[in-house]
Amino acid sequence: MAQTQQQTQPQQRKIAPPPVNPETEHFWEAAGQGKLLYKKCAACGEPHFYPRPHCPFCFSDKVEWQEASGRGTIYTYSVMRRAPVPYAIAYVTLAEGPTMMTNIVDCDLDALRIGQPVQLVFKPSDGGPPVPMFTPA
Amino acid sequence: MSIKGKAYIVGIYEHPTRLATDKTIPQLHAESARGALEDAGLTKNDIDGYFCAAGDTPGLGALSMIDYLGLKLKHIDSTDVGGSSYLLQVGHVAEAIAAGKCSIALITLAGRPRAEGMATGTAPRAPERPMPESGFELPYAPATANMYAMAAMRHMHEYGTTSEQLAWIKVAASHHAQHNPHAMLRDVVTVEDVVNSPMIADPLHRLDCCVISDGGGAIIMTTPEIAKSLKRPLVKLIGAGEAPKHQMGGKVDLTYSGGRWSGPLAFAEAGVKPSDIKYASIYDSFTITVLMQLEDLGFCEKGQGGRFVSDGNLISGVGKLPFNTDGGGLCNNHPSNRGGLTKVLEAVRQLRGEAHPAVQVKNCDVALAHGTGGSLGTRHAGATVIMERE
Repeated sequence: MAQTQQQTQPQQRKIAPPPVNPETEHFWEAAGQGKLLYKKCAACGEPHFYPRPHCPFCFSDKVEWQEASGRGTIYTYSVMRRAPVPYAIAYVTLAEGPTMMTNIVDCDLDALRIGQPVQLVFKPSDGGPPVPMFTPA
Repeated sequence: MSIKGKAYIVGIYEHPTRLATDKTIPQLHAESARGALEDAGLTKNDIDGYFCAAGDTPGLGALSMIDYLGLKLKHIDSTDVGGSSYLLQVGHVAEAIAAGKCSIALITLAGRPRAEGMATGTAPRAPERPMPESGFELPYAPATANMYAMAAMRHMHEYGTTSEQLAWIKVAASHHAQHNPHAMLRDVVTVEDVVNSPMIADPLHRLDCCVISDGGGAIIMTTPEIAKSLKRPLVKLIGAGEAPKHQMGGKVDLTYSGGRWSGPLAFAEAGVKPSDIKYASIYDSFTITVLMQLEDLGFCEKGQGGRFVSDGNLISGVGKLPFNTDGGGLCNNHPSNRGGLTKVLEAVRQLRGEAHPAVQVKNCDVALAHGTGGSLGTRHAGATVIMERE
């Protein structure tokens, strides 16, 4: 049975576990609950990604975690063909503003296009927390 | 204070190896240094400033290399911003010389990714220590090729740039490489050859990517007084600029590079315009790198790079802007996965009139060398140098 599944299910790329540190452990705990977080500055109002303990625009340390809606659009992407399992890397612009690096998964990689609406999904990493990715909406 | 005319490039050397299975990295640094010293007519003990990039010199910064080479110095700089480091260092040397911190400076580069079997462009490189962005990038497998590919994809989307236009950059490089006996790839290729080569990371084909090679190189720079006492043609630095660009806290824009800022700094210092440049060495890690940097440096309008590079416009003797007449990274070499130093070398050869006769630019009096170190797709440093024949 296990063999049959291996043959019929699309092969998955092994996802490197993100290093978790005191700055980001809250982000990854939320990821474990299916939530994508970003930071917003209480001083200047700018959202940013990847999340930091300071605002990269005004350098205030009054930054707060926000939960993203999970909706976004593909800013750009590329399908890596020279890999054991071809995969799509992308930048997705979140509905809330910031653009983040990600993968586009569970789809026909040859049908991707810039501007395409995408929806948040989480994929397990190899021994680490689940990682936010996107799939066509 | 300006560095214009304060420092001269008096010695250059490009290591001829492209596969160094029988040599160490420090040895390649040393052989390159020896070659540049011989070219300049100087000796090792004349050197009082050493410049390198920490990432390709084994040991703590420059220290092990300084010990290995047996240098006694007044000035050290091992700033590393990836492949453009050596372009940036040319500017830093001029600053140090202008400030009297050293008088004869050596810059070296060496590496052997080919002998080590490194999958330079297609496999993600995990850092020794996590970087602040690691958790938000490594899981997605950013290799080098797919990051530059994302920049190319966006450029095509915004400006209608085509694979055929990008291919012209490789075609031009191959026309030049046929005359370079050391080049890894000497066959002239066509636009069809490029677009029909295997896809690596959409939209970049195999022939849109630079070679993986071993090798090295070195540069000797000095004061105007010492330069004029030597027997080599006089090539002086007249402008330098450096500028990092990054993801800007999530305001990602992959349609331009740090060259948008480093270029104007260098042109302003030199007091010249893009139209004054007779020859340009442009870092060509991928074809898209060249196209975007040409736009950012002002050789054409933003978005017009595809049109600019087409129909042989970068081929010496054919087009308006001869580029990378040694074959560049696309055909000649890419030692240590870092193309910045070799960009300076070919520009100096052009200014000296020592390029291969088939690609030598007539009356080449002002030349530019520019590079992008790091990744066009995430964070990088643009570095521009402008040189003049005296």
